[in-house]
Amino acid sequence: MGCVTRPQPAKASMTARIERPLSPHLQTYRWTLTMALSIVHRATGIALYFGTLLFVWWLIAVSSGPTAYGNVQSFAASWIGRLIEFGYTWALMHHMLSGVRHLVWDLGYGFKPTEREWLTWAALIGGILLTVLLWVVAYAIGGGR
Amino acid sequence: MSAQNSSAPKSMRTPLGRVRNLGSSHSGTKDFWRQRLTAVAMIILVVPMIVVVMMLLGRNQAGAAQILGTPLIAIFVLLFIIASVWHMKIGMQVVIEDYIHDEKLKLVSIMANNFFSVAVALAAAYAIFKLSSGV
Repeated sequence: MGCVTRPQPAKASMTARIERPLSPHLQTYRWTLTMALSIVHRATGIALYFGTLLFVWWLIAVSSGPTAYGNVQSFAASWIGRLIEFGYTWALMHHMLSGVRHLVWDLGYGFKPTEREWLTWAALIGGILLTVLLWVVAYAIGGGR
Repeated sequence: MSAQNSSAPKSMRTPLGRVRNLGSSHSGTKDFWRQRLTAVAMIILVVPMIVVVMMLLGRNQAGAAQILGTPLIAIFVLLFIIASVWHMKIGMQVVIEDYIHDEKLKLVSIMANNFFSVAVALAAAYAIFKLSSGV
């Protein structure tokens, strides 16, 4: 960022539009892994945001009584419920590992091409592995009750 | 750094940033820090939370209520709720600021985001407190 020819706003009024360089939009760039996973990080974040509604519904149902809890249980046991739960688990695990990657970058490490690719693959594969592992353990424990 | 900033060579703030004061979010870097703070908090809390969920699997309402009302578990769940709601509120605000350019719609969206987040946090906390008091 050389900033050789920064526009001088001194003379312009506060409301005047100043010509600033615009950054090209997404479609201009060659698609890369880190770029795709950056979008996935944001998408999983948004999904988890609305997923908290289900978490709260479940907590309120537990505190409301057996009837309300039964409704949640039957929804949770349906195929759509299981699908949402599986998706929620993956979104949470992926967003967490992807977030750890961002924390590593925040600290100034992992910016070399091989490092950032490695970190991104680790978040992607790790998220899937953790999700499957959690569901195997969940069925092993929950199925026994 | 440009020549204009030579008086404060270590500052990351641009001249435009100085003029507009604390940027488009009007809250400076506080949210940036809190986003990381709550992220680290959740990394610590995720293991106890997984244990709690595993404990609750296959239980009926009475069993689930008893487990969630246990002091240590209730505290872990409350901490997780606080960290996650704070984190998601900041995250959604970043998304809103990135994509919504109409100033009025942006303000309404940020308000809605705050209302949603506070409602989610309060509802979850209320449920935990109710279970903890055994009512």
